[in-house]
Amino acid sequence: MIAALEETQELRKQATGNGGAVIASLRRTSKNYGEVQALRQVDFTIRAGELVALLGPNGAGKTTAVKLFLGLAKPTTGTVSVFGGNPIHAEVRTRIGAMLQVAKVPETLRVREHIDLFSSYYPRPLPLDEILTLAGLQEIKDREFGELSGGQRQRVLFALALCGDPDILFLDEPTVGLDVESRRVLWEEIRRLIARGKTVLLTTHYLEEADALADRVVVINRGEIIAEGTPTEIKASTAGRRIRCVTSLDIEMVRALPGVIEVRRDREGIEIRARAAESILRELLMRDAGLSNIEVNSAGLEEAFLALTGTNNDAA
Amino acid sequence: MATAPLTVVDSSWVGPLSQTLAIYFKEAKYEFLTRLRLRAYSISTITFPLMFYVLFGLVLNQKDAPVGGVGIATYLIPSYGTFGVMGASLFGTASGLAAERGLGWLQVKRASPMPPFAYFMAKVALGMMFSAIVVTLLLLLGVLFGGVHLTLTNAAELVATLVAGSLPFCAMGLAIGYFVGPNSAVATINLIYLPLSFCSGLWIPIMFLPKLMQQIAHFLPPYHLAQLALSVVGGGQHESNWIHWEALIGFSLVCLGVARLGFQRDEGKTYG
Repeated sequence: MIAALEETQELRKQATGNGGAVIASLRRTSKNYGEVQALRQVDFTIRAGELVALLGPNGAGKTTAVKLFLGLAKPTTGTVSVFGGNPIHAEVRTRIGAMLQVAKVPETLRVREHIDLFSSYYPRPLPLDEILTLAGLQEIKDREFGELSGGQRQRVLFALALCGDPDILFLDEPTVGLDVESRRVLWEEIRRLIARGKTVLLTTHYLEEADALADRVVVINRGEIIAEGTPTEIKASTAGRRIRCVTSLDIEMVRALPGVIEVRRDREGIEIRARAAESILRELLMRDAGLSNIEVNSAGLEEAFLALTGTNNDAA
Repeated sequence: MATAPLTVVDSSWVGPLSQTLAIYFKEAKYEFLTRLRLRAYSISTITFPLMFYVLFGLVLNQKDAPVGGVGIATYLIPSYGTFGVMGASLFGTASGLAAERGLGWLQVKRASPMPPFAYFMAKVALGMMFSAIVVTLLLLLGVLFGGVHLTLTNAAELVATLVAGSLPFCAMGLAIGYFVGPNSAVATINLIYLPLSFCSGLWIPIMFLPKLMQQIAHFLPPYHLAQLALSVVGGGQHESNWIHWEALIGFSLVCLGVARLGFQRDEGKTYG
């Protein structure tokens, strides 16, 4: 059974052109809720086999984009397409899996009962054992949902997303509220999906998550896409550097140095964000003979993100 | 496994009938299990009518005093049966629907290929199943402890009438469920359900209520169901059954219309 499954995965990879074909897209899509413009003229594509992270702060439009892809909302203007069809139709959704943020799940059903019910909606669901294995639920399959921990609950929702063996999965903030351990476990399970040839769109405001999982990051803020690229490209596009050191120099003086974006206290030392580290280091070393504990790092995705959305907010 | 080109959507999905039936069956089965295991629902739905019946129909019963042509133990079976059916149907549909809508679960299901009709059918089936349970238990109590005598045919007709009568209240529950929030659902239902039951003569038999209330009762759906059920056992006001059926059917259609409005509003608002 598993061998036949792998064979099918191979055939699927070949049919979709080894990860190049566009399988889902939003074209010139806008979505308004009354006066609120949740999405503005967004162009967004997802290619087969990739894991795309849609990264943005709360209220950026990530969940709206996911709802459009799932047929839960209709675009005000523009088009949504998944596998060549409109996800409003149930037939299209037989190839889609979704993990949404939900406040309450029926608590008196057992894990395997939830999975059994959802599996029945799909024409070719995975066997129960395989679903349980993929989501790490074998040991708790007979427990009622209400008895589960936060991490376990998210894994059940994950299982419901993959039970129909969909070709594309939409995960809306899948690890929100989870502890570090549970988050790592879920990340591992998501990676396994990609290894099986699935395509994933993940929304998150956890920069670490986008960095850890994504082939491609799309940064969204206030309904518009403001940056797109691999995690490395996104980090590089704002080309930042972070300098930490212990110095007796006055902070205001350091802030006034050319090329410095921001300075703040960091315990006994200071942390400087700047475009390039060299000229600033030269100035510091010249002015402070007692400069010590010098560390220079490239700006993490966090800085890149704050810089991008900061610029975006200023420009707005 | 077929190797059809995967850029073409499998439009043949709407599917083998057997699969669709399987979905409807499983949806109903798991709805039943969910609610059965929810002590708050299953226990109160079943025990309240039984408790009232034991108290007023058996314990406080003065030698099966006649009420409108039948002994009180017999009279109270259709009466509390209607009360029980209403409760089972209203709470079974409305509170679940309000909670699942308001807290995002219905959205998860709508993101899947589940046919929405299966979801509603499951809730209605649940209302009917619990109604059947309540009525059967009431009958058993009456026959075993209340000296109630009914032919098998009559008993079957009584159960069938009351279970059919759960449909209008399932429709009512769906209508309510679309317009209340998850936290206020139970309180709202009680605010409607309890006065409605009293004014329809389900607790104190209708002939003992003031004349004005008796007239008003004709506008209340539970009154009509109770009368239909009572006529099966030879009691009640002996009005034409057609009036009662028409009232219940009309009421159901109005409720379904309201529920549909709620559904479309949700699809338009939450589902843009």
